[in-house]
Amino acid sequence: MLKNIKILSGLSALAVAMLSTSFVSQADEVNVYSARKEALIKPVLDKFSKDTGIKVNLVTGKADALISRLNSEGQLSPADVLLTTDVGRLVRAKTQGVTQAIESEVLEGAIPAHFQDDDNHWFALTVRARPIMYSPERVDPKELSTIEALTDKKWKGRICIRSSSNIYNQSMVAAMIEQQGEAKVEAWAKDFVKNFARPPKGGDRDQIKAVVAGQCDIAIANTYYLGGMLESADSKEKAIAQQVNVFWPNQTDRGAHINISGAAVTAHAPNKTQAVKLIEYLARKDSQQWYASTNHEYPVLEGVEHSDTLKGFGQFKAETIPLYRVGELNAEAVKVMDKAGWK
Amino acid sequence: MNQHIRALTDPWQGALLLLGAMLCTPIFVIYFSWGAFDTSVWSHLADTVLSDYIINSLLLAIGVGLGALVLGTTTAMIMARYNFVGRRILNWLLLLPLAMPAYIIAYTYTGILDFMGPVQSALRDITGWGYGDYTFPDIRSLEGAILVMSLVLYPYVYMLAKTAFSEQPASLYQASQSMGVTKYQHFLKVTLPLARPALITGAALAMMEAFADYGTVQYFGISTFTTGIFRTWFGLGDGIAAAQLSSVLCTFVFVTLVLEKMSRRKIQYFHQGQNHQSQTRKQLGMAKGAAAFFLCLLPPLFGFILPSIQLGYWATLTYKTAWDEQFTALVLNSLFIALAAAVVVVTLALLLTYGKRLKKTPLLSGNVGVVSLGYAIPGTVIAVGILLPLGWADHAINALWKSWTGELLGLVFSGTVFALLFAYSIRFLAVAIHNIESGLGRITPSMDNAARSLGASPIRVLKQIHIPMLRASVLSAALLVFVDVLKELPATLILRPFNFNTLAVRSFELASDERLVDAAMPALAIVLVGLVPVILLTRAIDRASQR
Repeated sequence: MLKNIKILSGLSALAVAMLSTSFVSQADEVNVYSARKEALIKPVLDKFSKDTGIKVNLVTGKADALISRLNSEGQLSPADVLLTTDVGRLVRAKTQGVTQAIESEVLEGAIPAHFQDDDNHWFALTVRARPIMYSPERVDPKELSTIEALTDKKWKGRICIRSSSNIYNQSMVAAMIEQQGEAKVEAWAKDFVKNFARPPKGGDRDQIKAVVAGQCDIAIANTYYLGGMLESADSKEKAIAQQVNVFWPNQTDRGAHINISGAAVTAHAPNKTQAVKLIEYLARKDSQQWYASTNHEYPVLEGVEHSDTLKGFGQFKAETIPLYRVGELNAEAVKVMDKAGWK
Repeated sequence: MNQHIRALTDPWQGALLLLGAMLCTPIFVIYFSWGAFDTSVWSHLADTVLSDYIINSLLLAIGVGLGALVLGTTTAMIMARYNFVGRRILNWLLLLPLAMPAYIIAYTYTGILDFMGPVQSALRDITGWGYGDYTFPDIRSLEGAILVMSLVLYPYVYMLAKTAFSEQPASLYQASQSMGVTKYQHFLKVTLPLARPALITGAALAMMEAFADYGTVQYFGISTFTTGIFRTWFGLGDGIAAAQLSSVLCTFVFVTLVLEKMSRRKIQYFHQGQNHQSQTRKQLGMAKGAAAFFLCLLPPLFGFILPSIQLGYWATLTYKTAWDEQFTALVLNSLFIALAAAVVVVTLALLLTYGKRLKKTPLLSGNVGVVSLGYAIPGTVIAVGILLPLGWADHAINALWKSWTGELLGLVFSGTVFALLFAYSIRFLAVAIHNIESGLGRITPSMDNAARSLGASPIRVLKQIHIPMLRASVLSAALLVFVDVLKELPATLILRPFNFNTLAVRSFELASDERLVDAAMPALAIVLVGLVPVILLTRAIDRASQR
């Protein structure tokens, strides 16, 4: 019993020590809530600390959960910066009042206007594109044109795409609704689902694998998944990725669907100056190059050279709709997909 | 009525009720969501996806319950009754799947059984078939989910069943024999009914895990309540409807628990005295022994060994990049938080079950029942359910502090280890309570009465009679909580302090980024860290049950 008490008191001492770290704040530091996974942000944060002497404290998690945490912490929140991987969550954070406007000539100057919030609440850091990937053995690229045309009967049983619970599909459909209206997109979704080769399952990489396996002939997936497979440690995965080609849809009309990852300063940021400094750092040329080479995302900064993998996918024309609308129409998109029976 | 007033004025009971109420806050938060009701969202859900959520969740839970029951009971029966070569190894092998997170085994089997995986590739090489020439069952289906989850959850049934089977007195079997009852009849009419409470408890735990699972069903593309909750919350942006869906899920679990209790109520018997002679294990010959060995080897083979080999293979591809100085910190963090949670949760469970046994009031029983609900609520929902009250407490303390000192104190509860331990207590208290209750059931009330009549205080009865007698159940409770926390993901992800990463967080982040090969290393580490207590505690449990 006595031993137990010793263990208990030891543990509680440890707990207190760890507990206290949360509210003893150092002079020069910045606290980040990130929906970007640790592996896809930590290296550049470490570099920021080294270059500026500002310590970065990091918590990663799902964007909506982090927004809930900001909400419940309110003005006591230690967080300074919120990083998300899609525009919908940035819009949601702004709507819920957990972000604030910032003034930064650096960001204003560097990031193209359509990649930032009108009220300067958020700024895009990278662009993610969602093209068609096909098997060159079974598909002639001349057969492909637009996402809308994938409802044609000739594609019956030949399309693979992941679940509609995934944010990338939600954003893609939301962007379509913005450009074509809900009724038209609903009709499209119904016919599109009829052409699925199998009920949606797995992630984007799984759809690419299914194309190579012959389960379907085309897949819709984000380019950085293909990029990741091309540079995988697993030689089998690499070989699979080499057997598909990228096709950029809608090049003669609205452009291929894109989404962004971005950053915002929180409403009650205790270290606002450092927070702005960090976001500016993330928009610097070398940081932008880092995203492109590590995770094959497209830089928002113009004039940053693309990695060889990205170059291999080819140039493309992107959608130019106001990005915040993608966030606003997210719920409509989910309902449309529910009605179409897109699992 | 009188009873209720007494309950509230008795400090011991009052304290327990307060504790229970605190642990119930997220559940209250969830049910309070019904205060606002949006018909348009619900009519959309009812028209489109709700029936899928209900049917799939029920099928999954029932399937996993039955699967765990079959695997757990068969292996427990063989292990409790027979002696054969290799039995000692199986003794701990059979528990190993506990250390394997369900979502990891799901990812791993997809890798093994996929079209491009080793199994189908070999099949094509041997037969010369191509795509479309043969049909291969898809692991990513409801059946597949039931299979992989049963493979990692059967130990819940196995642990409880084995204790129940080995404690059945030999005299029962002798009595059956003297009445000319066959072995088979004895098994059906005596052995199984006597072990039924333990079996049902184990199955109920497996079912609750199945209800709460998110990682596996999400990856397999099955629409269940948990995926629906996130879809409604994240996709539709409707937190209230998501909370309402959670409350429906919660109600399912409540029904499961009530059914479990009812099935136990009919059979309220206690062993008369502990000095009975347990049945000795029968020695099996070569052929039968080998058959028993291989039969028992199957669940750990598929639930642990094969997936570990695949993970190990992947880890060899990536260990150079995965093994950095942070990796040690990940292991230490995981160990620390799992250990702390095991101590806290088991202590709470002992207090609550003991209070319930001592006072036997409906209020306290209900309290324990409601607290158990947390086990089937997805970790994310619990986390959000406690963010609210913790935030409120933080704001209250800061207001108070400011009125004294004029300064703000900052967050005291939110974003600290306290928040994590609080969440784990809610999520995993059921595991500890179930184990301890089934252990308490083996201690006759007459022992309590004798001790109390000799003047021992309730605390002394707990310390000198129950704890020593309960050692096995307390240890298995601690083991289960430890391993569960080690694997726990969503609540850890949301509530953890700055710069506090665990193995589960690391492996999930990589796996959910579809970097399965990179995720293998931390996943393997979870399994290895989980192994240590599994092995230590198997030995401790064995020793305790031999006393």
